[in-house]
Amino acid sequence: MRPALSVILLTTLLGAGQGLFLAIFTHQTHALLGVLSPQGAKDLYGPAAAVALGVLVAGLVASFFHLGRPERAWRSAAKWRTSWLSREVIVLPAFMGAVFLYGAIHLTGFNPVLLRLSGGAEIDASIAVGAGGSVLAFALFICTAMIYACLKFLREWHSPLTVANYILLGIASGFTLAAVLSARLSPHEAPYFAGWALVFTALGAVSRGASLWRNARLRPVSTLQTAIGVRHPAIRQISQGFTAGSFNTREFFHGQGQSLVRSVRWLFPLFAFAIPAVLFAIYLGSGSVMALAAALVAQMAGLMAERWFFFAEANHPQNLYYQAVA
Amino acid sequence: MTQLALVIDLNVCVGCHACVTSCKEWNTSGSAGPLPDTKAYGADYAGTFFNRVQTYEVGCYPDTETIHFPKSCLHCEDPPCVPVCPTGASYKRAEDGIVLVDYDKCIGCKYCSWACPYGARELDDKNRVMKKCTLCVDRIYDTSLAPQDRKPACVMACPTSARLFGDIHDPHSEVSRAIREEGGYPLMPEWGTHPANHYLPRRRTHVHIHADELERADNPLKVDRQQPRPAKSEPTLDDAVTW
Repeated sequence: MRPALSVILLTTLLGAGQGLFLAIFTHQTHALLGVLSPQGAKDLYGPAAAVALGVLVAGLVASFFHLGRPERAWRSAAKWRTSWLSREVIVLPAFMGAVFLYGAIHLTGFNPVLLRLSGGAEIDASIAVGAGGSVLAFALFICTAMIYACLKFLREWHSPLTVANYILLGIASGFTLAAVLSARLSPHEAPYFAGWALVFTALGAVSRGASLWRNARLRPVSTLQTAIGVRHPAIRQISQGFTAGSFNTREFFHGQGQSLVRSVRWLFPLFAFAIPAVLFAIYLGSGSVMALAAALVAQMAGLMAERWFFFAEANHPQNLYYQAVA
Repeated sequence: MTQLALVIDLNVCVGCHACVTSCKEWNTSGSAGPLPDTKAYGADYAGTFFNRVQTYEVGCYPDTETIHFPKSCLHCEDPPCVPVCPTGASYKRAEDGIVLVDYDKCIGCKYCSWACPYGARELDDKNRVMKKCTLCVDRIYDTSLAPQDRKPACVMACPTSARLFGDIHDPHSEVSRAIREEGGYPLMPEWGTHPANHYLPRRRTHVHIHADELERADNPLKVDRQQPRPAKSEPTLDDAVTW
């Protein structure tokens, strides 16, 4: 498939926004449960939610560049019963609304206590909105990933690993973003986020590694024989029926040399997982904020390359019909 | 229930592209609206077509056959492009099984083209909406046409009658009989899309030449055998002519 910049930006930015929201809400939950004793975390939640919302809006704007008719985008919520794309279109604004509310509660300080638990913990409005937002964040991860994973003949995508990757890579980049924000706004909490960023980066590496391993071993189900229905071992296309390009020859081929695809295959795990992991370790050891900032830059670049490779790697069966121009 | 479809006989298609041009001509002036060609006179020209004819060589030289293979939307009975469409622009008509796109609803997200394993859909670069074969839905129901002309433009144009059109759910139709009697098959059956369009496989053909057929039939005087033959010593044509 041809990797479109708009979709690469859309999926990586949405993932980072969802991950950032989940990171700060996880922190708040841990603080509520008494696992953490936060100092100055109140200065973090509001601005971090605002950044998360900004990243989500940027992703949403990028998505419009993928559409031929963006002015009709409002129509795309119609078929939520069958289309994962439609479901994503519904869940995304709902999630953005939850992030907005969550940020507004923390920035304005209007946070009424809704429930007092027997242990003394207070469930306030921010916890309630955050819990709802977390459910929506996971729903959005599943919708985005299922857009690709539900296409059964794109076998590189048709796997539960696609959903696992979208969730884990999104959360990893979100915790990285939270660590950088926290280093600036609330330095005491930054090691918490950096530690979890390291854990999710490692989990993402395992899950993405598993899908790389799986996809390298896939055998095509469709062949030229099933594509044209002629049962003969030696079939060769001598003409695709036209000499120019077409939608079919542009949309389903990445148009890059195999050497580039091979090098991205090795570079993206390096930038998305290995280098950030080392930099997290350096930060946790030495407290160098520069290392944390470098980890964020490397990871976002790596995840963009990961998404590029995700699209470039997928081999659509329609390509069987476009093997020779002649 | 009706399921209209094309049945394409690969024995007969000669790869003349008459169906391609006739399809483009009919549909660009029909309900599909213009099917534009971008940069038609430039170096990187491209165009929107509903129907393409591809050519394959089967076998190893010198034992090869050339197969001309027309492909358009197969109007699947379980079309994967329809459920993924977020706006409902892609739909399958219940009354005749034709898969259509409502161009006024399409947002050009290309998701249906990703979901079609056959590459049957093409995004119209000028109008920015997805387009595909309509089985000439504006033609086959046009009562102002004579009944024998109410067929898709590609079927009307085919000079060798390689294309049949009809209801594959009606066991007595021409297309059902052709599928049944000549082993018609669908493309990529492994994905369970149940394409309505079928292809008739290549048949092995034998020609028996009997000795009496070596003489002209309209030769009542049997003069063929009586042609003067040169003696071995006389100059042959090869001696008289420099090739």
